[in-house]
Parts: sequence; C-alpha cells; structure tokens
Amino acid sequence: MARIVLTGNLRLYTEGVTELELESGSIRSLLRELRRRYPDIPEDIEDELAISIDGVLHQDDWFAKIEPDSEVHLLPRIAGG
Amino acid sequence: MAREHITTTVNGDPVEFLCDTEQTLLDVLRDELRLTGSKEGCASGDCGACSVTLDGRLVCACLVLATEVEGQKVTTIEGMAVGDQLHPLQQKFLDHAALQCGVCTPGFLVAAKALLDRNSNPTETEVRYWLAGNLCRCTGYDKIVRAVLDTAAEMRG
Amino acid sequence: MAAVEKIFNDTITDRETRDKTLKWVGTRAPRPDGVDKVTGRAKFGADTYLPNMLYGKVLRSPHAHARIKSIDMSRALALPGVKAGVTRDDFPDHPAGAVQPAGEMVINYRDMTRNIMAREKALYEGHAVAAVAAVNERVARQALSLIEVDYEVLPHVIDVEEAMKPGAPLVREDLITEGVEPVPEEPSNIAKRVEFGHGDLDLGFSKADVIIERSFKTQPVHQGYIEPHACLASFSEDGQAELWCSTQGHYVARGHCAKLLQMDVSKLRVTCSEIGGGFGGKTVVYLEPLALALSRKACQPVKMVMTRDEVFRASGPTSGASMDVRIGATKDGRITAGEAVLKFQAGAFGGSPVPAAAQCAFAPYDLENVKTIGFDVLCNRPKVAAYRAPGAPLGEYAVESVVDELAKTLEIDPLEFRLQNAAKEGTDSSYGPKFGPIGCVETLETAQSHEHYLAPLKPGQGRGVASGYWFNIGGQTSATLNLCEDGSVALVVGTPDIGGSRASLTMMAAESLGIELDKVRPLIGDTSALGYNMLTGGSRVTFAGGIAVHGAAADMIKQLRERAAATWDVPVDDVEWHGGQAVAVNGYKDQEDPMGLLDIAKDMAKSGGPIVGRCSTNAQGAGPSFGCHIVDVDVDKETGRVSVARYTVIQDAGKAVHPSYVEGQYQGGAVQGIGWALNEEYIYDENGKVENAGFLDYRVPVCSDVPMIDTVIVEVPNPTHPYGVRGVGETPLVPPLAAISNAVENALDIRFTELPMSPPRVLAAIESVG
Repeated sequence: MARIVLTGNLRLYTEGVTELELESGSIRSLLRELRRRYPDIPEDIEDELAISIDGVLHQDDWFAKIEPDSEVHLLPRIAGG
Repeated sequence: MAREHITTTVNGDPVEFLCDTEQTLLDVLRDELRLTGSKEGCASGDCGACSVTLDGRLVCACLVLATEVEGQKVTTIEGMAVGDQLHPLQQKFLDHAALQCGVCTPGFLVAAKALLDRNSNPTETEVRYWLAGNLCRCTGYDKIVRAVLDTAAEMRG
Repeated sequence: MAAVEKIFNDTITDRETRDKTLKWVGTRAPRPDGVDKVTGRAKFGADTYLPNMLYGKVLRSPHAHARIKSIDMSRALALPGVKAGVTRDDFPDHPAGAVQPAGEMVINYRDMTRNIMAREKALYEGHAVAAVAAVNERVARQALSLIEVDYEVLPHVIDVEEAMKPGAPLVREDLITEGVEPVPEEPSNIAKRVEFGHGDLDLGFSKADVIIERSFKTQPVHQGYIEPHACLASFSEDGQAELWCSTQGHYVARGHCAKLLQMDVSKLRVTCSEIGGGFGGKTVVYLEPLALALSRKACQPVKMVMTRDEVFRASGPTSGASMDVRIGATKDGRITAGEAVLKFQAGAFGGSPVPAAAQCAFAPYDLENVKTIGFDVLCNRPKVAAYRAPGAPLGEYAVESVVDELAKTLEIDPLEFRLQNAAKEGTDSSYGPKFGPIGCVETLETAQSHEHYLAPLKPGQGRGVASGYWFNIGGQTSATLNLCEDGSVALVVGTPDIGGSRASLTMMAAESLGIELDKVRPLIGDTSALGYNMLTGGSRVTFAGGIAVHGAAADMIKQLRERAAATWDVPVDDVEWHGGQAVAVNGYKDQEDPMGLLDIAKDMAKSGGPIVGRCSTNAQGAGPSFGCHIVDVDVDKETGRVSVARYTVIQDAGKAVHPSYVEGQYQGGAVQGIGWALNEEYIYDENGKVENAGFLDYRVPVCSDVPMIDTVIVEVPNPTHPYGVRGVGETPLVPPLAAISNAVENALDIRFTELPMSPPRVLAAIESVG
C-alpha cells in the first residue's frame, strides 16, 4: 500500500485526514480511489494538483506508476513565470 | 491636414518621407520607413530602446519630431554593420552573451558606438554612466559592460 | 520517467561516460538567433505590418472601481476611418466555475473574460472598457475620446490588509472565501485561504531558546519587460484567423483566444514574435482577444500595441504583501519551528501566488515543525501575473530576514546557521515530498569558501546572504528534427525563446545526434507546426525542451539505423550510431563504410521516404534549483541611498548547457531583485490611480546602479534529464530581497521590514535612530 500525504486545502474534503494508505497503481487509479472514499473531492481535482511520487514531481500524468512502497504527496499545481 | 514632406539621410542613404507634424522620428523610422530595429519601450525618452544618432549626436528617436530631421544625418542600428561585416561591438555582444531577449540591444549598440566614437578608452564607470540611459531588464548589465570594454580594447589595438 | 529511460536505452550510454565526451553541451557556442538581434533584423511584437492594416486602441477606466452603467460607441463608430469597435457585448460570458486546465494552471474563463474587457464593473484604473480599430493611430485615439461611458464611481481598496478588513469595499460582491471551515456566510475580498506544513508547532516552539517574530510589508512591483505587449491579428471572412504576438506561450495564447472568441482552436494559427522580456508577465493575454475581435468585425488585420503607461496601469504586476514570520531555534543554532502567515494581493481576480509562496518559504530548511498560512486577497488593481518564481521572492524575503536575525542573535555565522539546518537529499521538504538530489548544501558551502565572503568589508559597508529555491516544472513539449536532403537538420521547437534557449536546444540536438553544431538550424514553429507546447516559463524550456529534443534525436537515430541497415542488408541490431554516423558492428564490423547524415539523406527518398525525428512528451521530474546570494552594500547616510558594492550569485544548474546564458539568468534575476529591494514600487493617489506609470518614476536599476554580478554555477545533476539539466531562470529572483535587506542591517544595525528600502525610507529610519 502506498503512503499518500494530502497537503494544502485537500484536508477540507477528507474531514481533516492528511495521511492515508491506498492501493498502488497509477496516479489515475489513486485519484479514483481517493474520490471513491471522499466523494466531496471535485471531479477535476487533478487539474489543480501536482503529485510527487518519491520526490519526483508529476503534473498531468495519469499513468505515472505508483509502487507499493511509494510515498506520494498531493500538492497544489505549480506554475512559473 | 496636409502631411509634411521631409528630405533627410538615413544610414548614408538619401530618404524622403511624409509625416504628420506630431509624429516622432521613431514613428517614422518604424511605420513609414519600416526600419524596425529601433524599438519603442516607453515613448518618453526613459528607456533608450529607440537610440539613434542625429548628426552624430546620440538621441532618443521618440523625443525627436520627425520634421526636425530635415537636412540632417540619421544613423540607426540598421546602419551599423557594413555589408556582411558586423561592427566589432555587434560581434563582441554576441561573443560575451551581452543580450538575452535582445529588444534593448539595438539601443545599447547605438549608444555604445556613440561612446566609443568619442572615447576610445572609457573606464567601467564611464561606460556605466554613458549607458545609464539604456534600460535592460534581462542581463543585469554585466555582460553588456564587459562587451563594450572588450570592444574598446580591441579597437584600440 | 519511462519515456526518458527509453531514450537512454536506445542511444546514449551512462551519464558519467557521456559527460567526458560532451562536444557542445557545456560550451559557450555561438547563438543561432544572435546576428538578427544585434542588427535589428529580428522581429518583435510590434515589428510586423500587413497590407490594409488597422490600428487598435483601448479605452481604459479612469476609475479604480466603478459600475459601468452604459457604453455608447455610436459617435466613435461614426468617425471616418473607424472600422470596428468592441465592448463587453462582443465577448460571451462564461459562467462562474468555467475552469479549464491550460498547462500550468487552471484558468477561470469567467475571470479572464472580465479581465480583458470589463463587464459589470471597472475593477482597476486602466481596466479595458472598449476598443476601436481605425485606419491610423490618430483616428483611433480620437475615436476613444468619442466613446461615452457612464460610470458610477465606487469606493476602492488597494492595500491587502485594508482589503481584508470587514467593511472594506468589495471587489466582487458575492465572493465567499475558499479553504475555510465553516464556510463563511458573508462575502469578503478574501478569495482563498491555504495552509501547509507538518509537525507540531507548539512543541517545536517550546524547544526553542530564541524565538524571533517579525512582520513584513512589500509593495507590488512590475516585471518591467522593456517591450510592451503587442500583437497583430488577421481574421478571414471564413472564420480562420492568424495572430502574431509577443508572448511566452503561443499555444496557450491560442487556447485562451479561441475560448474567448468561441472558435475552434485549430482555426486560429498563432505565431510568436521574438519577445522583448516576459518574466511571467506575458503568460496571459490582454490585447490579443481584442485585436482578434476587432479584426473579425472589420475583416482587416488589426495591430495593437500597449504604451508604457498602459503596461503599468493595465497589465498584471506581482503582489504586494503583508507577512508575519516566526522562527524558533536552539542556542546551538538548530531551527525547531517555523511559522508564516502570508497575505498577498491578487488584484481584481483571485489567483495570487500565495500558495506557492507558502509552500516554498521554508524550502531551504530541514524542519520538523513548520506551518504556513496564505491568504489570496482581491483589491482594485490589475490581476497579478506571474513574476519569476511567483510568490517565492516574497516568502523568502520574510523567512530569510528572520533567519538572519536568529543567526545574529545566536552569534552564529549566517551561512553556518543555514548549513546546520539545510535541506538535503532525503529531507522532508517544507511542502511535503522528500527531496531528491539537490544543491542546497553545495551552494551554501560554495558561498562560505568564496572569495567574496572572505573579503574584508570597507568601513560602513554591510554584507548579507540569503538562500532561495524554486520547484521548476516540466510540461507538454514537442520537437521535430527534419533531415534535409543534404544531411543538414532543421530543428523545430514550440517554446518562445526569451533568453537564448534556441542555443541550448540546438546544442543538445547536435550533441544527441553526434553532429556538428552548425548543421542544425533551430526554428520556433507556429502553433500549426507541432504538437502542443506549454509556455516558456517555470524554468522549463532547457529541461523539458531538452528532453523533447533528445527524444526527437533518438527517434531520428532509430530511423537512420534502420535505413543504414536496409542499405547494407544487415540486421538493424547490428547497426549502431556513433559520432554522427551509422556503423556496422558485431559480425558485420568493418564490412561497410560508416554512413553519416549526408550519406543517408541523399537516398532517403528511395530508402523509405523523409526522415523526421519527433518527440512529444509531458516532461515530468523537473529538478528544483537552490541558490545563495552574497551582497555587500554601502549606505549614504546623508541621502539614504543604498548602493550595491559587490554581488555574487551561486546557484545549482544541474548541468549548464550554455554557461553564458545560465550566468545571464543569474545576473538578470539578481538585478531585478536589486530593483525590487531598493526602489521599485507603485505609487497611488487617493483615487487609486497610479502616479508613476513610466520608467522615470518607476525606477528600475540602470547600468550605473549596479556593479558586475559575479556568478558561480554549481552542478548537482538532475537524474531525470538526459544531460542533468535543472531549470535556472526563476530562482535568481528569490534570494536578493532578503540578501540586500540583511546587508543593510549589517551596515546600519537597522532591520528594515518594509520594501523597497528607497532613500526616503532609509533616511527616515537613520534619522529616527540617530
């Protein structure tokens, strides 16, 4: 089970839960599982997220692999200038 | 209202154009003569991106009325290279990476040439103060100053 | 990650081996677009003219906040020479919540529609209210004076703390703060509250021997690009359109304009001109949808260029901010807890960079207990636009100032203090994930042993240091390598070149192909030429563009090997690509002469057709860049003027593809920071109008204000890039504000907590102390 950490305002959708364990797989499967557990999470939440898998940053990457021992952080999307 | 007919010299070539009395030399260089190397950054003489020389004097083209150049000699960035030979300043700017986006570069080159035409051995301080009328937001000026000093040294032989 | 690994397996051996044999990457090669830029030939946004062209001009609100009751265009449209006019009626509304991902961020089109053209209210002085297109600029300006707008002037608010107060004039009457529980019942100007952190703050502070708490205030500053926004739009009668504009992202501009004008994206072709500076400020559209709408009405090309006055009044600066920071440390210099509350101006619409600021304010440190809260606050100013590491310079200014005070209080050298607490590979970052390989410690150690840091100060001088950080991004990027019949190669990329990226991308292409640099000609294609390209920004082009170019080279090499194999009648597994040539190996070694690009290209029509290497990817795994700045200042106690006597930038580039242009980023960002710290600010009158909307009084650094900026490029390779590249463009603006403030404190023993430290403020502080 991968360790998932929710940062920023995501905890408002999960009744304050900021850390959980989810089945590994891919970013897309993780988000589906997260939305299944916490239906308040918006459908398009992914558009507002950056996802760090073991310290490597991903944005818009449905099929990025999440291993069973991965540490995943959900962060706000990163922009630049 | 009838437009003014102006006869002048630009980069050594005889040029005639029509202009409104309120048009600046910069407006005319760009919009009438299509010499777009001189840029408009502010239209108030603060950024130097429109630097040209008028009878050898360094000016901001946005502060000169087009009608004023009757009978005068205008030189712009387009007149700096001769055929396919870049002026040493142009080459040194490239060698030193003294430009990033490049929009201020024509103004800097014209201004720097005007400096070296007067002072073949400027100090760093003299270069910095001479170029204080040209704004650059990309480079922090470091490589520009180095390029000008290096050009001066090379041209002195 | 998978895509990058595949590329490695196909062509290039391990990194260390490759680094020893690099021919182009890491050298100071000539810049391919340089000659056109030093001769004035290069075409920037305002440098294009089309036959039958009209000039467009915008009528802008003279009020900081006003209801627009009516707009009467009739007299303007009747003026001879006026061919079209547009107002809010010409742009369809988008409902609240009409959000769409557009690369870097989610775009709220309801807000964007209103930003490019006011609807119910003018929300800032300079807000576009109407636009006209006419046969020349004089007629267009005259037409503006004939437009009659009935405004109901409303009270305005600009300062972020004023805007947060109950009873402040509401920029948006129905705005309920997001991110707060319970959901507020009353509207306010607070668009959003965000919170980040981990650990137990109370516990952390209880362990501290010293706690320092400070409040900071900054003014909004503009990116200050020398080239104003400019575009030329041309609509055909059948609904297809061309747009030429100065932009950091022509695909992004295309998407925005297509949405705002309700047309198919493919019907709009956008060509990016050369861009005269952006720094984040040209990642959005202002004039482009207006020019397109006018051109659509007139069926003639419409050129629109902002004046410098309009740039200052109507384009998005960065936020002004109020920030509170509290940090505690043990007496031997270990930080036990850090806390920050950041309040940022968003301007007329939500979306300031306060979340990013909150995330990376403490990024250089390994902290067990950290909490940052951010507030995104509306006010009657243009919607803020990105400015180089958006949010981070402000957050770091506050944190690095307090860190400096802590070090001084504990009598520990400021670099040593930072080193003791520095983030390293494996550290839990302040915003959550563990850091991979990073250069934070390396930049600090380099600073510690640098001659600048060891040099004695002259009497009266002060020295300051500060660290900085930016995440950097990857993103969608496409590149194509076209093999020409004579063996030369055309490289087509889709990222506007702001600072020399054509040079580094060409160098990486030549390196990956193993050929001479001058055999590759780079071009920036228009939006029809390539698959999607995210904008130039986020320090992403050398990183993501490099991955795409390397991928295109790998794709081309695969085809080249196949053609050589077919030509030799040899299995393709027995053909390798070395030094720019196909070489038969294994059992076929030495049986065939190697084939270079010319050899293969001259017969490519017969051997299978055109050879095109392509790569379209969404580059992931951008590596962050840490920096450390050292600055010495002199303070003239009679005038209050702070001058920078010496400046050194030390920053991790991963791998500097073209060192001169990496140095250029370091130097440029540092000088922007000098301006932000010492002089730049907007000055408003009591009606909320900008009083210094020009370069004379909005004082950016000039050549005589600054010394040479020394640089040190640290290289801690980024494992997710074929050449180890990390983005570098943004981090340079992050440390200067605090570094300079710390230097002034060192010189005067006065801690400034407000920016800019302009002469009147410094003088007043000196006089009040002395």
